[in-house]
Amino acid sequence: MRRIMVGVKRVVDYNVRIRVKPDNTGVITDGVKMSINPFDEIALEEALRTKEKGLADEVLAVSIGPADTQQQLRTALAMGADRAILVQTDANLPPLSVAKVLQKIAEAEQPFMVLLGKQAIDEDNGQTAQMLAALLDRPQAVSCSKLEVTDGKARVTREVDTGLETLEIDLPAVLSVDLRLNEPRYVKLPDIMKAKKKPLDVKALGDFGVAEGSTFKTVKVEPPPARSKGIMVKDVAELVGALKQKGLV
Amino acid sequence: MSARILVVAEHDGSKLNVSTAKAVTCATRVPGGTVDVVVLAADASAVAAQAAAIAGVGKVLVVENPANQEPLAAVYAPQVAKLAAGYSHVFGPSTTFGKDVMPRVAALLGVSQVSDIMDVEGTHTFKRPIYAGNAILTVEVPTDAPVVATVRIASFEAAPEGGSAPIEKADAGVALPSHTRFIERSGATTGRPDLQSATRVVSGGRALGSADNFKIIYALADKLGAAVGASRAAVDAGYVPNDLQVGQTGKIIAPELYFAIGISGAIQHMTGIKDARTIVAINKDAEAPIFESADIGLVGDLFQILPELEKALG
Repeated sequence: MRRIMVGVKRVVDYNVRIRVKPDNTGVITDGVKMSINPFDEIALEEALRTKEKGLADEVLAVSIGPADTQQQLRTALAMGADRAILVQTDANLPPLSVAKVLQKIAEAEQPFMVLLGKQAIDEDNGQTAQMLAALLDRPQAVSCSKLEVTDGKARVTREVDTGLETLEIDLPAVLSVDLRLNEPRYVKLPDIMKAKKKPLDVKALGDFGVAEGSTFKTVKVEPPPARSKGIMVKDVAELVGALKQKGLV
Repeated sequence: MSARILVVAEHDGSKLNVSTAKAVTCATRVPGGTVDVVVLAADASAVAAQAAAIAGVGKVLVVENPANQEPLAAVYAPQVAKLAAGYSHVFGPSTTFGKDVMPRVAALLGVSQVSDIMDVEGTHTFKRPIYAGNAILTVEVPTDAPVVATVRIASFEAAPEGGSAPIEKADAGVALPSHTRFIERSGATTGRPDLQSATRVVSGGRALGSADNFKIIYALADKLGAAVGASRAAVDAGYVPNDLQVGQTGKIIAPELYFAIGISGAIQHMTGIKDARTIVAINKDAEAPIFESADIGLVGDLFQILPELEKALG
């Protein structure tokens, strides 16, 4: 079975305006729309396209999170994933713990490729793929914008600060995907119905020997300092004057 | 316990990236800390000398190996993890280089990473942005484990030159994998300043309307000696290549002077320029959100204003 494993994180939807809790313990997530992390959606789309090209037999979606995360996994199944695993916990796990859980699943499922988002848009850690690759002692390719899978290898183009970098990596490998790799498909109603019958296994975090919680302590969460509103100028002459006054030109 | 900090240098084989001196600045803010820099390279002579000249650096460790020719995370990380013994902290820049290498180092050392440090509150307490900078987290990490972190380079000035640290050869003595092979790097060699480190940046948005129209952005940038950037909308529309994108999912920059031209000011863009000293916005829509955050705003047709501005700047 040529299997691709995809990580799916449940996060606050990217359209939601984030508000910090008044007691500074976190951000408000109650009653807020939750979605699949957009980068994970791209990872899933790439896995599905790879399967559709005949280069894989099965796409497995994996998530770690509270019971409600089943909603996001059902969406993943509706997009086309063949089956899903939820490692259920209410704890907010740090990246290394997430990577350790994914490592155990990867060792059991033996995917030839693990695709993850380059970061989750809630905590913006950007660590899980690299850590999973390290734990599995396998290649990593971070921020992929192009992927070609050939016999036992992958040729990946990564977005780096100076432009684009191309690597050849042996499979199995762990890849994290960037925005421009693809545009995820929309889910159609019949697919949502079909997804209800697809297998979704719920497992307990305790089965993975990974501790709940984190050794990192949140001291406080604050809103960012606001920029003060500036001045409006009416024409180019005033603009140049204002820049000169600030000593900028 | 006094802090011993190892900073992983970013370079291109001949030139040290300014991100290294910024990470050093962050490291020097750790109370009671000493700061060393490690350079991994095929031939480190030029880069090590530049690292040694950064003020505040105690010593420069050099690991020379043909396998270190390209900065492959799978090759660099085990060496850095090995050399981290005896250090309380390992820092790298939060550039695509550091984001690739450092989490792999952290996993090898058995810790989660502190990503994107924007402020140092104590030896084990740091501030970092979450939710695309819409919230700032103060996090305290354990004192009984190594601290692995990336440094948000837009938050720190580069440490000045003036140091003369000793340079020592080091041998990581670990087996290196061959499963990851560098093929090529293609990128902008425009002769313009680098977007990530430029002191002035001129960015264009969707309102430019075409790749061809973007030439007026380049013209203004050249007049100002500025780097060119773009909004995600302009990149997605194919007006300019990906590596010019400024914003949450592109580059996070902190120039002295930033021109946002024909850019509406979506949150995702503003996240990338939060630390710009002065933001100038030019947009024909007086209601555009960019004017909420701009220091100087001008409402009008960019195709009229830009040539005028170029002329007025002499």
